[in-house]
Amino acid sequence: MALLEINNLNRSFGGLKAVNNVSFSVQPDTIKAVIGPNGAGKTTLFNLISGNLPADNGNILFNSTSITDLKPYQIAGLGISRTFQNIKLFPGMTALENVMIGRHVKSKAGFWAGMLNLPASRREEKSITENSLELLELLEIAPFAHIDVSNLAFGQQRAVEFARALASEPKLLLLDEPAAGLNIYETAEIARLITKIQKKGITILLVEHDMSLVMDISDEIVVLCFGEKIADDLPAEIQQNPEVIQIYLGDDNA
Amino acid sequence: MTRRNYIPIMLFITAVIGIQLITKFTGTNYYLTQLTMTAYYSLVIIGLCLVMGYAGQISLGHAGFFAIGGYTSAALTTCNLTSLFKNGNSLVKFLSSQGMLIKSQDLYGDPVLYVNPWLAAILAIMLTVAIAFLIGIPVLKLKGHYLAMATLGFGIIIFRIVLATEIFGEADGISEVPGFTLIPGVSVNGNFDNRIINYYIACGIVVIGIILLLNLINSRVGRALRAIHGAEDAANAMGINTSRYKLYTFVISAVFAAVAGIFLTHYNGGIGPSEAGIMKSIRYVAIVAIGGMANMWGALTMGVILNFMSLRGMFGSYDDAVFGAILIIIMLFAPEGLLRLAIWQKFFKKNDSAQ
Repeated sequence: MALLEINNLNRSFGGLKAVNNVSFSVQPDTIKAVIGPNGAGKTTLFNLISGNLPADNGNILFNSTSITDLKPYQIAGLGISRTFQNIKLFPGMTALENVMIGRHVKSKAGFWAGMLNLPASRREEKSITENSLELLELLEIAPFAHIDVSNLAFGQQRAVEFARALASEPKLLLLDEPAAGLNIYETAEIARLITKIQKKGITILLVEHDMSLVMDISDEIVVLCFGEKIADDLPAEIQQNPEVIQIYLGDDNA
Repeated sequence: MTRRNYIPIMLFITAVIGIQLITKFTGTNYYLTQLTMTAYYSLVIIGLCLVMGYAGQISLGHAGFFAIGGYTSAALTTCNLTSLFKNGNSLVKFLSSQGMLIKSQDLYGDPVLYVNPWLAAILAIMLTVAIAFLIGIPVLKLKGHYLAMATLGFGIIIFRIVLATEIFGEADGISEVPGFTLIPGVSVNGNFDNRIINYYIACGIVVIGIILLLNLINSRVGRALRAIHGAEDAANAMGINTSRYKLYTFVISAVFAAVAGIFLTHYNGGIGPSEAGIMKSIRYVAIVAIGGMANMWGALTMGVILNFMSLRGMFGSYDDAVFGAILIIIMLFAPEGLLRLAIWQKFFKKNDSAQ
């Protein structure tokens, strides 16, 4: 049974069909990639899944329940976590604090518990901290725990964003261009981290430009072009697909 | 309360006691009156600091909430229910039988029956919470200038309502508000012989208020608020119900303002429409800005100094102009607040992590 199922999803901006009748599914414990040239609708698709944009029609099922009309925080609460193409960390907070925010959906101390500093809330804070430190350890950025994220290098910021997304113990992790802005060494590093995360039993859906990364780590690939799905197959098949080759390398007859 | 927060609280309590002792030995007891009033205004300021500095929202209508608290409790404790009681009004009879009403006599010896200040205060806070929710739900969908204008509009509405309503005394306000007996023998009122105890009551409430807020800031909720301030869409994607958090913060700070209004009204024995005025709201915002926005102690310190100077009449007729000027100057030259200016950091190099 698919973990994520997208059925006939549509979203237009004015006259532009950014996502046009797209359907596909993501199987549990796999890495699925969405590729396509610039403007293919990849990020729009992501924003539809995470609830940042409402869909015009179509539906999205997560664990067989519809999440189509839910708000981003509700979707996060169900176990879908995401990163952003242009890294969105919380400035002025340390790497540790950023990851602790990711733990929000797994903790519950509210306004009263906070104001009165109840013992339960203190215990919870302690476990949030421990948990977040473990994640920093997993992503090999523990030495930067107490540094303001604005002062970290780009690759390190990306790792903090991964850790933050993982802190909510998601079932599905959405990675929006995880290799954007990284050099080849950093990209290889990110690829290693992504497979490390997948081995922890987390399903991953990623959008990516970097072909080498996608071909290396993905189990399945969806190709979008001008908002439409043109292929959904294994990496080896995608590499042989004439339509895909035409999109990426151009038309022989052109 | 983390250990780091104990020290400033101890310093604050020491300063409170120190100031009282100084006024005692220098025979300047009369300063305590303005200091008590200042303490109540500080309550509004630390509440607003939570909204502005930590949740990243703005309210130019906080004098409105102060007025809702003050006017509600003033109206309830000054309306004479004697005739209703004599006519056998069942609600008044019931309240009286529950000890919710207080009997006394006016200057001419006629009987007066009014609502117990405790009940009045609770009703005032409930009304504030209701109005804060009602205003907050639509208004907090706005951002930046639009939010500022909407809250400004709310402040103006409250100002005009108190100015035009007979039971709120119109332009005269409400006077002869009775004292608020907290426990037998301890009463919030303006009697000279109660000056010292009232000073400590006011400062005690401020200490409780700031402890609650510092706890909140250092909790899971406080972290979520800072996240909302930093990147709202990312906070939302992390599972934080951003609109609810902003709303609750707004309501909490409205309650702080209302509590200040309730106590100050009993202390002063009255309240006038100027307390609901726009200039009061701007003053609160200016003080939070000069204190450094996300800096509770900065806001409290600047609030105490500036409100005290203002209440002592040091700014003369230019009172409101001074606060307007402060706001402009701070925004231009010290957006991080006066206490974070580079010049001070030379002296307090290690003290930069002020909470």
